[in-house]
Amino acid sequence: MTVILETRALKRTFGAVVAAHNINIQIHAGEVMGVIGSNGAGKTTFVNMVTGYLPPSSGEILYHGDSVVGLPTRDITRKGICRSFQIPQLFAELTVIDNMLIALTIANGARPALMRRAVTPELEERAMALLDRFGIAHHAQREVGVLAQGVRKLVDIAMATVAEPQLLFLDEPTSGVSADEKMDFMGTLIAALKSTQTAVLFIEHDMEIVETFSPRVVAFYEGTILADGPTAEVLANDKVREFVIGGEFHRKSETEGGVH
Amino acid sequence: MTRADKTEWALIIAFPVLIAAALLLPSWMVNYIQVSLGTGLVALGVMIQMRAGLVSFGQGLYFCVGGYAAGMAGKFLGITDFFVLLVLGVVAALVISIALGFLLRRYREIFFAMLSLAVSMILYGLLSSSEGLGSTDGFNLPVPTYLFFAPEGDAARMTLYALTAALTVICAIVLNRVLRSPLGMINEAIRENELRVEYLGSSAHYAVHVTYVIAACVSSIGGVLWALSLGHVDPEMTNWTTSGAFVFVVILAGTGNIIAPLVGTFLLEILRVYAVELSPNTWQMILGTVMLLTIIFLPKGLWSLMGRKPKAQGPSPDGAVQPGE
Repeated sequence: MTVILETRALKRTFGAVVAAHNINIQIHAGEVMGVIGSNGAGKTTFVNMVTGYLPPSSGEILYHGDSVVGLPTRDITRKGICRSFQIPQLFAELTVIDNMLIALTIANGARPALMRRAVTPELEERAMALLDRFGIAHHAQREVGVLAQGVRKLVDIAMATVAEPQLLFLDEPTSGVSADEKMDFMGTLIAALKSTQTAVLFIEHDMEIVETFSPRVVAFYEGTILADGPTAEVLANDKVREFVIGGEFHRKSETEGGVH
Repeated sequence: MTRADKTEWALIIAFPVLIAAALLLPSWMVNYIQVSLGTGLVALGVMIQMRAGLVSFGQGLYFCVGGYAAGMAGKFLGITDFFVLLVLGVVAALVISIALGFLLRRYREIFFAMLSLAVSMILYGLLSSSEGLGSTDGFNLPVPTYLFFAPEGDAARMTLYALTAALTVICAIVLNRVLRSPLGMINEAIRENELRVEYLGSSAHYAVHVTYVIAACVSSIGGVLWALSLGHVDPEMTNWTTSGAFVFVVILAGTGNIIAPLVGTFLLEILRVYAVELSPNTWQMILGTVMLLTIIFLPKGLWSLMGRKPKAQGPSPDGAVQPGE
């Protein structure tokens, strides 16, 4: 598979605090990949660096072989790297459809036109189709601020996909979603994204979700990568079990086989 | 070219109504309408910035730049043609706003408000201490001519009034289209969540800069029209009290529709007339009370009364909110 993003010796410090160091990752076209790690392990810092929100202190970020270090977030988005947020970043006083229309309007042109009407029937149709793909079309006319967290998360993610990114980062997509709904939520999400051939990297604390939805996992610990590989191998890794997962998680295959 | 919406039709219809008003109403009322059309354009400039979450406490700067550019062209260059004076006023505002925009577009909320105020007060200080420009007294403008036409008396008054009304309507229609355009939509998004705008792939700085320049140009047109209507300019045009009055109008009227600030400006003029009549020494208290009551009971301004729907009515079947409708 083609490598679309590669980071080399990526490092980020905040004064004396090293938030991330020696991050070397390759992400391939169309793959789904989980990122695990406790709070403060450097997961979001990594996403913030790749998406241009934080400049790395040192190291290289190559997208299709070209460096994206120093580019503003908007330019990185336009290159095809998008993200959603742990806390949904929406236009809270506007309706769901308006949020989508804004995202589509921006995706249609970097420099906003002055005299052309922004909202057209075609654009509304596209917005509704996107909402439908994520199963939230029936919320279209509701104000975002009054929606349940799970729906807001889906709106946030749907907005991140309007530019048809090649690489999508999802920062804790299931946080705030009730335990009963997490699996269905993630199933809806991955099904919607699979149809786009987008490479998806999602940060997740729920190991069942990681095991179910990502063939590959990267484990972060204290700002660096502890393990990177097929999910089964990483989750079975002793260091990952000790420092990242903790003792309470048992892999599905082990549980099914009666091993506790 | 997109079709006219309800707001634009209302504005188009407003033009003959304004002309009829000039023929039917007493001259003092017509003067107030003419003056409030000029200042109403400045309020429109404040309004389109407010749609992006930016409160300009220094919009008087461009009101003054327009007026002084026209006045100086008349005073020093002997230019009296209305259209040339208008173009000079707009060009002056365009140049200044493009330059200042590079600084102001980086700031939001109170920082934008205070910086815009500071810049306008610098001009106030410069004009107040410029003897060649009449210091605090200002100076008079020539009676305008119109290409090769130099009307006198009532014809001159009516020509200027009609052009003021026409330009106000044209500016309002153009701004209504801007509000419905991708720029208008992105401005609303900037007000709500600038971080997300950047992450969606748009430059908030660029959108704010363009909006700032448009607001400046419209305000300068208002300045030229106002100055020609009164035949006089003085530094008070850029004083903070003048800029504050424009913000007052927009808060009073609301930002829901492009017509709101124009109507609000006229209402403020009338309110001021009656407040002075009622209480010559404490008329500001009446304005303050109206302001307080508006904020408490109509936080989205008087225009929000127009948009109220019965509770039983469902969401609009035609989809998204249309800015400016």
